Amino acid sequence: MNAPDRSALAPAAYASTWETNFNFAYLDERSKRMIRRAILKAVAIPGYQVPFGSREMPLPYGWGTGGIQVTASIIGPDDVLKVIDQGADDTVNAVNIRRFFQRTTGVRTTESTAAATVIQTRHRIPEVPLSAHQILVYQVPVPEPLQRLEPREVETRRMHGLSEYGLMHVKFYEDIARYGHIVTTYDYPVMVDGRYLMSPSPIPAFDNPKMHMNPALQLFGAGREKRIYAVPPHTAVESLAFDDYPFAPQRWDAVCAICAAADSFLDEVITDDRGGRMHVCSDTDYCRTRQAAAP
Amino acid sequence: MIAPDDPPILRVTALAKHYGARAAAIDVSFELWPGEVLAVVGESGSGKTTLLDCVSARQRPDAGRVEFLTRHEGMVDIFALSEAQRRLLARTDWGFVHQNATEGLRMNMSAGANVGERLMALGERNYGRIRQEANDWLARVEMDVARIDETPVTFSGGMRQRLQIARNLVTRPRRVFMDEPTSGLDVSVQARLLDLLRSLTRQLSQAAIIVTHDLAVARLMAHRMIVMKDGRVIEHGLTDQVLDDPQHPYTQLLVSSVLTP
Repeated sequence: MNAPDRSALAPAAYASTWETNFNFAYLDERSKRMIRRAILKAVAIPGYQVPFGSREMPLPYGWGTGGIQVTASIIGPDDVLKVIDQGADDTVNAVNIRRFFQRTTGVRTTESTAAATVIQTRHRIPEVPLSAHQILVYQVPVPEPLQRLEPREVETRRMHGLSEYGLMHVKFYEDIARYGHIVTTYDYPVMVDGRYLMSPSPIPAFDNPKMHMNPALQLFGAGREKRIYAVPPHTAVESLAFDDYPFAPQRWDAVCAICAAADSFLDEVITDDRGGRMHVCSDTDYCRTRQAAAP
Repeated sequence: MIAPDDPPILRVTALAKHYGARAAAIDVSFELWPGEVLAVVGESGSGKTTLLDCVSARQRPDAGRVEFLTRHEGMVDIFALSEAQRRLLARTDWGFVHQNATEGLRMNMSAGANVGERLMALGERNYGRIRQEANDWLARVEMDVARIDETPVTFSGGMRQRLQIARNLVTRPRRVFMDEPTSGLDVSVQARLLDLLRSLTRQLSQAAIIVTHDLAVARLMAHRMIVMKDGRVIEHGLTDQVLDDPQHPYTQLLVSSVLTP
């Protein structure tokens, strides 16, 4: 239909890896248009799950089919793409999705958070603050935050419609009664713009505060569940909690063993079979940048 | 006691409900005043539960009106309210005690969470206060407060019913529906539960509708009763009057069928 003219678009450096037998970004133009409509609606109603006609992608469900459909619909030839999986640019999921878009769009890719215009992520928000020209695309396995508490979808939709979210606090009550604190450490539910309860996808609770009033556009795609939702730039995102048990994300007693960062999300890595272990930044770009800057 | 010119808290007018060609309730009308307990008796399949479901807005009747005296807006037709308003009423001003406690409880959540759920639904966001209320209510329904963090799966039938009552009364509803609250319990547990229900409804001056097939429960609990057969109300009056001087042949049969040990 109105696909861009390929010959004019191919950056010379990537022309060799660009598969020109596919439409730009794999999806056909009508599908992309349908997904863009869902995205526009999602942006207009922050936190609301918009159903969309999820397409088959050359990737199994659970590997980011929702995320790559959203990315395929918004990416243009001038974009610079970064793909991360648990904060890292070099894990299987990230490498494959990045290569997928290299082959189907020929766009430039990067590992630098600051240089990217579109960042597709699985389970992390980069440590470097995002800016207004960037879009963060999340891969979402379970878009419905109430699903584990109320299995009937008809009922959860009604609860969203009527803003009846007491049940989420019942879950937190149970946590505190049983363990003395709220034990949810990832996929920690948030209220978006004071209206919709939203699952932030399985990012650590540590990353939740970064969603609040973020200048970048945040898009969420769930391929199997066929839902898209969004947090527009500068939108209030509040993590739920009790007055007397406030939201308290994870902390570490350690700093990154490689770059000594004390403010990043740390992975604990087992280094041998004698109990040796180290903490390192989960965000590989952040860690590398800090190492390079260190004297 | 009840002043004769006070408005009723609930007025049901010419209510009807059909399932296909079968009528489950036809032309049912009654009123209920604050602090009053009304028993609905009749055999299985006489339309008792359907009536209760319609009056509590769990089902929409085919015809007739159900009006409730709200705290601020006077008498309103509950089916003319928006769904949001109706659901708000249902979790604040109404209570529903199910025959089967598993329907009325969250079986995989602790007793405290079960009692606190309505408070949290109304926007209570202070763990300490929720916990305190849950403690108080467990004590009021004479449960062992030490079991506040256990799930109802581990509770006996009588305790589950008590928990269900606490969970409903925590918002101090003005109208409570009970669908066979004591059936399936052994008689000594039944007696204690009925005693508790009677004192709670009196303390909180709640209007209650209690559906039962057990005439002894009706006699113990209810001020007035209605007798249903094949979806119709065949007799209606003060409990003593209906039980001691039944007029309709079916009520006479019902009263004479009670076994006395």
